[in-house]
Amino acid sequence: MKETTQIIKAGLKKRYAREKRFRFFGLMSIIISFIFLIVLLVTIFSKGWPAFQQTYIKLDIELDEATLGINKFSEEDVLFSASYQKVIKNSLKQMFPKAKGRKQKRARNNLVSKSAQYAVRDKVLADPRLLGTKQSFWFLAKDDIDVFMKGNIDRSLPESDRRIKDYQLIWIDKLIAEGRLERRFNTVLFTAGDSREPEQAGVKGAIMGSIFTMLVTLSLSFPIAVAAAAYLEEFAPQNNRWVDFIEININNLAAVPSIVFGLLGLAVYIGFFGIPRSTPLIGGLVLTLMTLPTIIIASRAAIKSVPPSIKQAAVGLGASRMQTLFHHTLPLAMPGILTGTIIGMAQALGETAPLLMIGMVAFVAEVPGGIMDPATVMPVQIYLWSDSPERAFSERTSAAIMILLGFLVMMNIIAIMLRKKFEHRW
Amino acid sequence: MTDIIETLPSMAKGSSESAEVISQADNTRQEFDVEISGTVGKPLIKNPKMSSRNCDVFYGEKQAIFNINLDIGENEIIAMIGPSGCGKSTYLRVLNRMNDTIPICRVTGEHTLDGEDIYGKDQDPVLLRARVGMVFQKPNPFPKSIYDNVAYGARLHGLASNRSELDDVVEASLIKAGLFKEVKDDLLKPGTGLSGGQQQRLCIARAIAVDPEVILMDEPTSALDPIATAIIEELMDELKEKYTIAVVTHSMQQAARVSQRTAYFHMGKLVEVNDTDKVFTNPEHQLTENYITGRFG
Repeated sequence: MKETTQIIKAGLKKRYAREKRFRFFGLMSIIISFIFLIVLLVTIFSKGWPAFQQTYIKLDIELDEATLGINKFSEEDVLFSASYQKVIKNSLKQMFPKAKGRKQKRARNNLVSKSAQYAVRDKVLADPRLLGTKQSFWFLAKDDIDVFMKGNIDRSLPESDRRIKDYQLIWIDKLIAEGRLERRFNTVLFTAGDSREPEQAGVKGAIMGSIFTMLVTLSLSFPIAVAAAAYLEEFAPQNNRWVDFIEININNLAAVPSIVFGLLGLAVYIGFFGIPRSTPLIGGLVLTLMTLPTIIIASRAAIKSVPPSIKQAAVGLGASRMQTLFHHTLPLAMPGILTGTIIGMAQALGETAPLLMIGMVAFVAEVPGGIMDPATVMPVQIYLWSDSPERAFSERTSAAIMILLGFLVMMNIIAIMLRKKFEHRW
Repeated sequence: MTDIIETLPSMAKGSSESAEVISQADNTRQEFDVEISGTVGKPLIKNPKMSSRNCDVFYGEKQAIFNINLDIGENEIIAMIGPSGCGKSTYLRVLNRMNDTIPICRVTGEHTLDGEDIYGKDQDPVLLRARVGMVFQKPNPFPKSIYDNVAYGARLHGLASNRSELDDVVEASLIKAGLFKEVKDDLLKPGTGLSGGQQQRLCIARAIAVDPEVILMDEPTSALDPIATAIIEELMDELKEKYTIAVVTHSMQQAARVSQRTAYFHMGKLVEVNDTDKVFTNPEHQLTENYITGRFG
């Protein structure tokens, strides 16, 4: 064997070993990140899953005209303002007459949610002829009962360590025995706004807030960013000091902590322009600032990667610069632009910090109906719930995270579909 | 457009490399030590289609083309040959103002098409490029269907008022480019799915569809195999009946086969222009002879 061949042969083993090690490390890092992802998802799902079910209590309510102080012929606003709480209390009193003392009596009344009276009221308003009859209702159970029913309160603990006391256990057992307790799908979670009472709290307000905010963000940041990127790539003078300056600033903006954008929004949009706080409009404006650099950078890269031969072919045929841009460059760059947009939008969807500065952290019970209504967004809702002491809110926090993740997955699917559509044009 | 800018330094390098080749040759062979004072042969003709006088081209500070005077006649094929970086492609791009797309590029001198100043204030580059079409070195069909590729220019300039007229334009252009028989059933398939030679003919069809007066071809066959090259050369011969063609080529055989006149460029200067037969059999200039006999290039 020649000398050089021997040298090469001697080194081969080492080279292969190095490659093997490198591959091993790569595989390990993928496995580790996968394990973390699994742990994260399993924790959130196992914690959040119960929140999609809710305990209901069946009560028979005597719609007694005398107790309510109304009759079939009362005006609608009289019917509306009657105290329906009384008939619910009476019903509970009949079922559990043994409650002693203020504490136990209050606990008895708190078996059902405070929203129960509204359920009764709505039914009476819909049909006043029901007055004077006995009707059965399925009411939302109070959060403590719900938590207990999901097995999150241990019966074997000493009474002083339990949120559900012995006398409440007796009531619950009786309700179960009579078939008056039932777990159903938690529709409230999807149809209600925020509430101080966990059993009445839902994410619809936050979802609508997020949707409106995202719409504002998308409709502002996408056209502005694409126009900026197209101008910088195709029209701006090359090697111009101002263009370089703008470029550096855009790159720096992408790295600015998001709360700074919140401060800017507070000072400029609210302080100077007087845009109402807590609205999806102001949230969208602030998130637009944050998303712009991301989309601009991605769009520029996408535009840059369009083969120059295509642009030359168009120019050579007599297309103007703008025709070249709109007929060839942008369609070919669209998959990349969409990827950048979706990354920016996903970032904006999960952003909390800048929104704290512009009042979107407020407790908003109403579901917003437009971009000018006070609103909150999903991540802020998660933050608010995670801060609440009630045990039932912790599972709802996880459920809200699941819904947010679902949202992100949906946005990604839409982006992938759009990208596929544009790529189909070869 | 960016790739042109990127090639600028390399182009500058290219010409300095060829300068090195020359200076090395200087030591060994006396015959390379030839001054290029002006263009020999017959650069100027009667009734030219296009003509250039005192053409200089600069990329920033660097001068790429020095004082070129050249006429291109009607319905002729003129071949431009010369070593890499000699400025022949740059000169070709002067003729339809493609150099306008490079911000640092500056063109001086007088250039006319049918006696009209193509760099004049009232000359629209878009209109000029419709009259002076271009075929590039690498086949560059749009990522669209064959039909849309050919129809693009006609649509752009509003040359067809309805669908059937457009169909006619597309069919006629594909027939002239000798591609129609091969693709007539696949007009809606992507143009990028064709073979290299077919793609280049598609690009020629695309250029013809605008019905230009002059077609500039920048090394149209350098990316093709000999069979595809032969087809394109045949096509060029047919096209010269209707169009004026200026072709840049690295293949001297190609220049000899297709062209009526040949221009030899060297380091940004136009060394010799003569009838093709004369250039390849009895060149007037020493540098031309060195090049065509393969002593450098």
